[in-house]
Amino acid sequence: MRRKHLRIIKRIFGLYLPLAAFLFFALFPFYWMLLSSFKSNPELYNLRAKRLWIKSPTLEQFHELFKKTAVLRWLGNSFFVSFLTSLISMTFGIMAGYSLARLKFPGAEAFGLATFITYLVPTTLIFIPLASVVQSLRLTNTIWALVATYPTFLIPFCTWMLIAYFKSIPKDMEECAMIDGCSRIGAMIRIVIPMAIPGIVFSGMFSFTLSWNEFVYALTFISDTTHKTMSVAVPTELIRGDAYFWGELMAASLIGSVPVALLYSFFMDYFVSGLTAGALKG
Amino acid sequence: MSSIARTERLPAGMWPTRFIKNEAITGYGLISPAVFLMLVLLAYPFVLAVWISLTNRVLGEPGKFIWFDNFLKLLQDTFFQQTVFNSFIYTISTVFLKLSLGLILALLLNQEFRHRNLVRGALLLPWIVPTSLSVLTWLWMFDSLFSVVNYLLLGSGIISRKIPWLGDPFWAMVSVIIVNTWRGLPFFGVSILAGLMTIPRSLYEAAETDGAHGFQKFWHITLPLLQPVIAVVVLFSTIWTFADFQIVYILTHGGPLNATQIFATMAYDVALVAGRIGEGSAISLFLFPALLIVIILMLRYLRRD
Repeated sequence: MRRKHLRIIKRIFGLYLPLAAFLFFALFPFYWMLLSSFKSNPELYNLRAKRLWIKSPTLEQFHELFKKTAVLRWLGNSFFVSFLTSLISMTFGIMAGYSLARLKFPGAEAFGLATFITYLVPTTLIFIPLASVVQSLRLTNTIWALVATYPTFLIPFCTWMLIAYFKSIPKDMEECAMIDGCSRIGAMIRIVIPMAIPGIVFSGMFSFTLSWNEFVYALTFISDTTHKTMSVAVPTELIRGDAYFWGELMAASLIGSVPVALLYSFFMDYFVSGLTAGALKG
Repeated sequence: MSSIARTERLPAGMWPTRFIKNEAITGYGLISPAVFLMLVLLAYPFVLAVWISLTNRVLGEPGKFIWFDNFLKLLQDTFFQQTVFNSFIYTISTVFLKLSLGLILALLLNQEFRHRNLVRGALLLPWIVPTSLSVLTWLWMFDSLFSVVNYLLLGSGIISRKIPWLGDPFWAMVSVIIVNTWRGLPFFGVSILAGLMTIPRSLYEAAETDGAHGFQKFWHITLPLLQPVIAVVVLFSTIWTFADFQIVYILTHGGPLNATQIFATMAYDVALVAGRIGEGSAISLFLFPALLIVIILMLRYLRRD
């Protein structure tokens, strides 16, 4: 009996309590975001009220947000850019990844290495000259500036991820198809790509998330309200000078966070396995 | 299926030559779109960055070639010196915190308990959600008047006076460190967890029969076997944190009194707000040595495997 007690105490202090602390740290900001976006202004700024709960939930903040700002437009921009850039990067990533994983040609290894190195280059290293490249392509202040530049960090990621996936697929199947008269490209499309679906889904999803969350390029290349994406529009358009409308800001942050959170909850297993595979393979 | 394939496989000498010849052409063909894009929008801007940093270009004027004046001037500038110092403080302390907390988190998640996948998913949320938006929430949580963090700390009796989170140089640095740790911890936790799961249980059992207890097992088995994962995760995180932008830009904008200014935020302010593009480019390029070191260490690790 005493042994059992000891085990329970050990479990509480060795697992449940510390885990609860981590969960609190990770999730409290989201709780606060949620709470703040459904409070009315008088309740939000009342220091005497019970601050960790809502007395009378209201959609007021969302109403104001939709009435006063182009939030739907920003959401649309985010979707458009994220979808298009993930599609482009996945296509180019599949092509390059297959080539580097399977085909033997001079320089293949060097290209593989270059992929990895470009994956590490931070956007803040080159955003200043890239702004002038974007300008000379006449893309400044258009959404196409983002469509053109996001693949520079998405393609290396997709390629690197997919090289690992393609390498894990046995060669026999495509060789067999090729002997039966299939071309190299035909074998790639009919045999290899269907078998690499988990890897492709993961890299597509992750590309979408990276695009959706990107900040530095979007902040640098676009200053027009109507062409901004969610991640930049909310902190730049909703904060004017010293006036912070926290209810609306939190409502907008919630709206901007939900799509990726949903995407992620649907594909969580892909996500975790892909993330860990990426970390392990480096 | 695969056994049929194997019997039909041709001996090496009889392999149709057109496949082999085509292979190089197909190979180059398939990577060319990616290579082209990377050359135009990554390699060229990088070369341009070096060139611009050697000129005194300002917004609207191409500027003159001035050799290394920007770099020399920056090294003597006290503002920039503080930026270098801040960047190191920011990177070293957050990577240390993320690694130690991430290790604890991974060890917790490696135990069996109900709803483990759900908990793991919930803990990953800070890493998934757009950073600019979650940092806005932190900005609101650190608000000078309505700070809920102070409300919680005062309410639970941990502090007796309000902390001026973003208003004081020291606390502002603490704030950006907390938020960066919050955002990056899931990546460490889940990656280290993946490393933990690959350690065979038999090793621990063998150690137990030799009489090893908890900490000894951790020190002599877990930690050495986790070393490759830890190295990769730390290197990744180091370069990301060193080049970080959004957290500082939104939370403190480098202030107060430059106390949280780091390379990327200063480069942005100098090049795009003040318009001194040459000097801003030079500041950005100070990230390059860090990147180079990370790349070299990472390649060394990958080669070893």
